[in-house]
Amino acid sequence: MNFEIKNIRVVDPSQNKDAVDSLFIENGLIVSKPGKAFSKVIDGSGKIAIPGIIDIHSHLREPGLENKETIKSGTQSAAKGGITSVFCMPNTKPPIDNAPTVEFILLKAQKEGVVNVFPIGCITKNSQGAELSEIGVLKRAGIIAISDDGEPVSNSQIMRRALEYSKMFSLPVISHCEDKELSALGVMNEGLNSTILGLRGIPAQAEEIMVSRDIMLAELTGGHLHIAHISTAGSADLVRRAKKRGIKVTAETCPHYFSLTDDDVRVFDANTKMNPPLRSKKDLEAIRKALSDGTIDCIATDHAPHTQEEKMREFDAAPFGIIGFETMLSLVLNELVDNDILTLSQAVEKISFNPARIFNLKNRGSLKEGGIADITIIDPQCFYEFKKEDIVSKSANSPFIGRNFRGAAVMTIVGGKIVWEN
Amino acid sequence: MILNRKYLLGLQNLDKKELQIVLDSVRPFKSLFTRSVKKAPTLLGKTVVTLFYEPSTRTRTSFEIAAKRLSADVVNITVAASSVVKGESLIDTGKTLQAMNADYIIIRHSLSGAPDILARSLDASIINAGDGFHEHPTQGLLDLYTIYEKKKSFENLNVLLVGDILHSRVAKSNIWALTKMGAKVSVAGPPTLIPPKIETLGVEVYYDLDEAIKKADVVNILRIQLERQKENLFPSVHEYVELYQLTKARLAKAKKDILIMHPGPMNRGIEISSDAADSVNSVINEQVTNGIAVRMAVLFLLKPKAGKNEL
Repeated sequence: MNFEIKNIRVVDPSQNKDAVDSLFIENGLIVSKPGKAFSKVIDGSGKIAIPGIIDIHSHLREPGLENKETIKSGTQSAAKGGITSVFCMPNTKPPIDNAPTVEFILLKAQKEGVVNVFPIGCITKNSQGAELSEIGVLKRAGIIAISDDGEPVSNSQIMRRALEYSKMFSLPVISHCEDKELSALGVMNEGLNSTILGLRGIPAQAEEIMVSRDIMLAELTGGHLHIAHISTAGSADLVRRAKKRGIKVTAETCPHYFSLTDDDVRVFDANTKMNPPLRSKKDLEAIRKALSDGTIDCIATDHAPHTQEEKMREFDAAPFGIIGFETMLSLVLNELVDNDILTLSQAVEKISFNPARIFNLKNRGSLKEGGIADITIIDPQCFYEFKKEDIVSKSANSPFIGRNFRGAAVMTIVGGKIVWEN
Repeated sequence: MILNRKYLLGLQNLDKKELQIVLDSVRPFKSLFTRSVKKAPTLLGKTVVTLFYEPSTRTRTSFEIAAKRLSADVVNITVAASSVVKGESLIDTGKTLQAMNADYIIIRHSLSGAPDILARSLDASIINAGDGFHEHPTQGLLDLYTIYEKKKSFENLNVLLVGDILHSRVAKSNIWALTKMGAKVSVAGPPTLIPPKIETLGVEVYYDLDEAIKKADVVNILRIQLERQKENLFPSVHEYVELYQLTKARLAKAKKDILIMHPGPMNRGIEISSDAADSVNSVINEQVTNGIAVRMAVLFLLKPKAGKNEL
C-alpha cells in the first residue's frame, strides 16, 4: 500500500528534525517524492509522527508458555502501544539456545505477528550459566543479541568468555544484573517499606555489584555490554563513570522505574512485583537524571505477562514481572516529556533511534528517505483511562490499570502497512 | 463505643483513639472469666472460622475460646503449609468460606499480606492472626493491654523488645501500638536481625542487651527460630544465648519492677532462662489470659456490616 501522511509534525532525531511535513510511503519504504500522486492521503493535523518504537526487552512467552502470551497476542499488544519492533527474551520453553527455536519464532512472527520480532539468544545453554550456547549458529539463525535475562551468569569467567566470544559477531551481551545470593529470597526493594510490610528485601547492591563486575569485564574484553533495566541510583552512576572512561557499555531502564516507587507496593498488590523491584524516590529521581544526561540510552518495557491466577497469589508466591507494551509510550510522554525530563526528540532517541543504533538495526529508528516505513503516529491530545478490559495482551498484570493518561499511539505502521489504528 | 472497622489487618492503621477504645473494652470481658458462666450472647448465631495456614496452638485456641465465650459457632480449618503453593488459592478458599456464610474469618498465614488479599476479595470480616513478618495485631493488643493493666499509663514508659525483630510480626505490631500510645520503644538484637530503617518508626536500636535493659520498664522477649542460624544471621545458639538470653544476672541490672513478657511459645534456656520466665516479674501467663479477653473485645468491636473501603 502506498500513501501519504500530510500536515503531520515529524519528530526524527536521526535528522534533527521537528517540523510539520508530509511523509510518503511507497512499497514499504519512506520516500522523499513518490513516482506518482497517491490516491490515499491521510491528514495528520494535530498528530505527531516518530520513527517506530523499538522495544528491546520483552517476553513473548511463545514457545511453551502460551497461557501467558503468544507471539500473536504479544505483537498485537505492542502494535496497540505504538511499538513496531520487539526483542523477545530467550526464557521460553524450550529456551532460545538453539537454531530451530529461533527459526520457529521468526516463522511464527511472520505468519501471525503484526510487528517485527527480533529474538534474543541465550548466553549459556538453557541459561544455566555453565557452558556458552552456540552463539554463532544462533546469530546465523537470526538473533539480535544474547542474554540469560532472569538467570544472570554468576560465574565471572563464563561472563568474560561471553563478552569476548560475542565480539566477532558484533552481538551485544545484555545483562540482567543481579547477585542472586544477595537478593536471595527478596521480593521487593529493601528499605522502610519492606520492614513495614514484612517482606524480604532486595538491596540496591544486589544489582550494583553485578553492574560493577560486568563493566569491569567489558573493560577487560572490549565486548559490548548492554545493561538491562537499570533501577538504582548506584547503577546509573556506575554506567555514567564507565562511559566516561570509554568502556563499551550501553543501558536501558523501564517505564516503571521512572514512574513508581516502593511506596506503591504498600497494599501487597503483586502487580507491583517485578525484578529488579520498584525502588526508592531517590532512585527514581536518579533514573530520570540519567535519562536526561544520556547515561541511560534506551527505554524498554520488560513486558512480562503472567496469568491472573499467578498474580492473585500472596505477594511472595506471585511471579515477578508486569506487562508494559500498552503503557510505555504514554508513560514516556506523561512522566518524562510533560515533566521536562526529556524533550520529545530526546524521548524518541530512547525508544527508537538509540535501540536501532545500539543493536545495529539497519534502516530503522529513522524516518530518513530509503528507510523501512516503521512509523508510530501519536495523538498528543488523546485523553484516556487505562482500563483492564481494553488490554490486548493475553495477560493484565499491570500496576497502571486505572491511571489516566494524555497522549497515545493512534496508528502503528510496520513496513508500510497500517497494523493498528484507533 | 465500637470501631468503625470491618477488618483488623494490622495496628499500623489504628490511631491512638481506636487503641484506647480497645483497651477500655477489655475489662468487662475479662471479668466474665471469674464467673461460673463465662459466656456472653454477643455473637449468638454468628459463624467464626479460624483459617490457619501455619501450625499454632495458642493463638488458634485463644480465638476459639474467645468466639465461643461470645456464643458464636466456631469452625477451625488448618491448611497444610505445602498447599500454599500447590493447593487451592487463598482467594478461592476464602470465597468458599464466604459461601458458607462465615461472618468472621480469622486467618494465620506464613506469607505477609495474605489477610489483606483476603480482605480485598471478600465481604466477611477478616481478622489477622499473624501474617509472615508483617503484623500480629491481636498479639500487639494483648501485649498493650497487659502493660496498661500493670503500668496504668504509657507516658515515659520504656518498652524493650529483644531478639529477632526482623522476622517478628509481634515486634511490628508492638512498635505501632506502643509508639502511638506514647511509650518509648527500643529494640535489642544482633544487627543481622534488626530490620532496615526501623529507627524511622521512632524506635531506638541497641545491640547490647546489658546496656538496653537498664532503663526498661517492660521487656518483651521474642522467640528465636533456631533455623535462622542456618541463614548465618547468628553464628550459633551458644553465642545467641551468651549475648541475648534474658537471665537472672541480666535482670539484676534492670529496674526492680520490670515486667517480663514473651508472646510464646518459649524456648526455655535459649532466649529466656527458666528462672526469668518464672520470676515474680513475669506476666507471661497473664498475657495468655488477657489474650482471650482482648480477642473477645476485638470480635465485639469490629463492625462486619461496614463498607469495604474501611480496610
